[in-house]
Amino acid sequence: MTEAPRLPLSGGCRNEPILKQRGQREVFCGLTGIIWLHRKMQDAFFLVIGSRTCAHLLQSAAGVMIFAEPRFGTAILEESDLAGMADAQAELDKVVDQLLARRTDIKQLFLVGSCPSEVIKLDLARAAERMTERYAPSVRVLNFSGSGIETTFTQGEDACLAAMVPVLPKTAERQLLLVGALPDVVEEQAVSLLSDMGIGPIKVLPAPRADADLGLGENTVFALTQPFLGDTHAALDRRGARHLPAPFPFGEEGTTAWLRVIAEEFGVDAETFDKVTAAPRARARKAIAQASETLRGKSIFFFPDSQLEIPLARFLTRECGMDAIEISAPFIHKGIVGPDLDLLAQGPTFSEGQDVDLQLDRCRQARPDLTVCGLGLANPLEAEGLATKWAIELVFTPVHFYEQAGDLAGLFSRPLRRADLLHLEATT
Amino acid sequence: MKLTVWTYEGPPHVGAMRVATGMTGLHYVLHAPQGDTYADLLFTMIERRNHRPPVTYTTFQARDLGSDTADLFKTSLRDAYNRFQPEALIVGASCTAELIQDDPGGMSETMDIPVPVIPLELPSYQRKENFGADETFFQIVRALAKPMERTAQITCNLIGPTALGFRHRDDITEVTSLLSDMGVSVNVVAPMTASPSDIARMGAAHFNVLMYPETAESAARWMQRELGQPYTKTVPIGVGATRDFVAEVTQITGRDPYLDDSRLRLPWYSKSVDSTYLTGKRVFLFGDGTHVAAAARIARDEMGFEVVGLGCYNREMARPLRTLAKDYGLEALITDDYLEVERVIETLQPEMILGTQMERHIGKRLGIPCAVISAPVHVQDFPARYSPQMGIEGANVIFDTWVHPLVMGLEEHLLHMFRDDFEFHDAAGPSHHGGRAVRPDVAGGPAPAAAPPPRDISGQKKPGAEVIWLADAERELKKIPFFVRGKARRNTEVFATERGVSEISVDTLYEAKAHYAR
Repeated sequence: MTEAPRLPLSGGCRNEPILKQRGQREVFCGLTGIIWLHRKMQDAFFLVIGSRTCAHLLQSAAGVMIFAEPRFGTAILEESDLAGMADAQAELDKVVDQLLARRTDIKQLFLVGSCPSEVIKLDLARAAERMTERYAPSVRVLNFSGSGIETTFTQGEDACLAAMVPVLPKTAERQLLLVGALPDVVEEQAVSLLSDMGIGPIKVLPAPRADADLGLGENTVFALTQPFLGDTHAALDRRGARHLPAPFPFGEEGTTAWLRVIAEEFGVDAETFDKVTAAPRARARKAIAQASETLRGKSIFFFPDSQLEIPLARFLTRECGMDAIEISAPFIHKGIVGPDLDLLAQGPTFSEGQDVDLQLDRCRQARPDLTVCGLGLANPLEAEGLATKWAIELVFTPVHFYEQAGDLAGLFSRPLRRADLLHLEATT
Repeated sequence: MKLTVWTYEGPPHVGAMRVATGMTGLHYVLHAPQGDTYADLLFTMIERRNHRPPVTYTTFQARDLGSDTADLFKTSLRDAYNRFQPEALIVGASCTAELIQDDPGGMSETMDIPVPVIPLELPSYQRKENFGADETFFQIVRALAKPMERTAQITCNLIGPTALGFRHRDDITEVTSLLSDMGVSVNVVAPMTASPSDIARMGAAHFNVLMYPETAESAARWMQRELGQPYTKTVPIGVGATRDFVAEVTQITGRDPYLDDSRLRLPWYSKSVDSTYLTGKRVFLFGDGTHVAAAARIARDEMGFEVVGLGCYNREMARPLRTLAKDYGLEALITDDYLEVERVIETLQPEMILGTQMERHIGKRLGIPCAVISAPVHVQDFPARYSPQMGIEGANVIFDTWVHPLVMGLEEHLLHMFRDDFEFHDAAGPSHHGGRAVRPDVAGGPAPAAAPPPRDISGQKKPGAEVIWLADAERELKKIPFFVRGKARRNTEVFATERGVSEISVDTLYEAKAHYAR
């Protein structure tokens, strides 16, 4: 089997100190996870119980999807709902009745908590139990919180998947579970690489439909495809499933390391592993080499957004030749991103959470060649002469595994190439 | 609780942000949970602003609840003042903070910040974005504007433009030059472009031009009462309204009426024979009250359309719009539920929709041409080029904008009509790449399958659904140009239902056509 990735000479970053600041955080709340989750789960509806702000956020984040009659919506709390609790449960029943009557294709309904519903202590868990009884067996009702007071951006997906784990049936079958919502094209690539090595059966969480034969038990091993799944990891652990820690499958090196951990678990021999991975690895290397020409030697600064920052920094520094100045994530779970931290060379500042004004001061002082940040900061920083890459795209675009490695590097090189291309001054 | 997918307006604190972001030297400290900063990107992305909105969010999390959210607010306020050194601050709560009852106004009073701190009461569970903007501007004016000596020259304030306002940037330019032609100069434009010290100078103007009632009417009324400044009631969108506006300014100032209409092209364009086909086009209007009222007048009196329906989503404008609708022989549709708007459009089958971003999508789904006249709008409606709605150039812009989708519709129809033509059928390839055309296997080529009809998601029974179309009548209907087909279908069904006919034949179709001939 191919060699394991070489560790950095300076030592890894697993035990580097982490800067923790509290203050204003320029981040999305977990409700935004609904935008891509509802595309993955074809028979699920996500009903946020919240305020007009929640509806407005979903609309702003979902953009044009709103018009395709998407499978999500908001039950907007009104004054009368804030007055008495019993009333709110009855109101919720009314809204759900109305919804399920109109959308008979729904098999799973998620009641999604928000800041307002959490603050008024609206018991959505009880509501979900009551409704499950009421609509059984045609609709299963679950609940999770995507509120800003508890979750940041991609943690919404984590909360959702973690809510599904306890209700999955039990199975003693030896199986591999891939955890995390990926674009279909990427998921198919992952499954086919593993299948070609003779690994199986392979299951995916979230499954595309509620009736998929997905079970869990002591003989289940799981690999995470996304770094933000801490609660799901813990919930799977409680069901007896075993985690396979690995670097995340970004770039050629990350994908190979991720596959290798699984291959070793299932006793795949070196020859088979190399036979399956050789061609896509060569393709990925070639694509990365082309796409990362503009990235070599350039510095990068990550604002916190999705928890993808550490694995991406590992890819950009090791495979694209960039230098990381600061890598910050909304939350750092060492049991999950530890293998990526081990591969990161010492040097960058690590920070968790944010005080946005202080972080902006650091960013301005460092003058990085490229800044990865949210859309609220991107244009203002561009106006100050800093090249930016807006982070949200990394969650919506296919970026994992071999065939997307070139595209992933391209996402970061494009803003720099563009800055070189534009000439708006007189030629004299 | 109300089940909602699309919302025309954001919550009221977004309205407050629109005021703060439009201004300079003002900072907004908003008591809000983590995540509410999403609203920043409306300004940085849709409006493409090159700076962060001047808003500090306390971003409290679950662990802060019950203990130190109040301290968090005070710290944020202190830090925001120290860092940004604004001339004034506004403070308030978002929907979640309203529930934890920390009272930002009361807390800031105890902190001796050396500049005015203006508290905002924005009831998130009753009111919406436009109210938030109007109330915020009103509170700022009430706190800072003072009676003072009038300017020696005749001046006015332009009030109402905000950040994220539909074409506010260019409307300011247009109205300023229109007034300047009359010898009236502008004292202060607010909230957009103004600082708190500018607000303090507003009392020096002789009168106010209320550009957008939605966002400045409360302030206009207060200044009329407290500063003795009359304000204009006409919004100068459209040729007639612009002339009325000039007359109104004349009346207020005693100046001679003057309007330089040398660049005004709408009247001639509308008269020219090319526009004859616009006559009696059935249009449906929806948006904010101000833009719908202005657009209705343009549609009927300046373009020669027939207004078959109108409505608005902001209930603050319900009364004036209901009154206006009567003049058009209509019942105004006052709703913030887009499904209701969609149902009305489906029932009316207009030939054109003038609305918001939302109606644009409804139009797309139903195959009806649409132009945008009102917020909410998307990034393409914050254009780089000069595109006011008000005044002389506004009228020109409106003519082009409204006619464009119709001409496109006509082009599409011609292509559609000739799609089986030997040179234009789908397999023929682009005609301007000489000699590259693929010869069809069968002479004339197979007619491409028509696109499937849009899925009905309204859950409503269509009017006349109990009337059956016979196959040959259905075929005949397909020969009618697509952009009037909906109207023909509806008219025929209504005609049949009124006469108790349950099956529509080709004859029924043509009897109906004769009956409705115009």
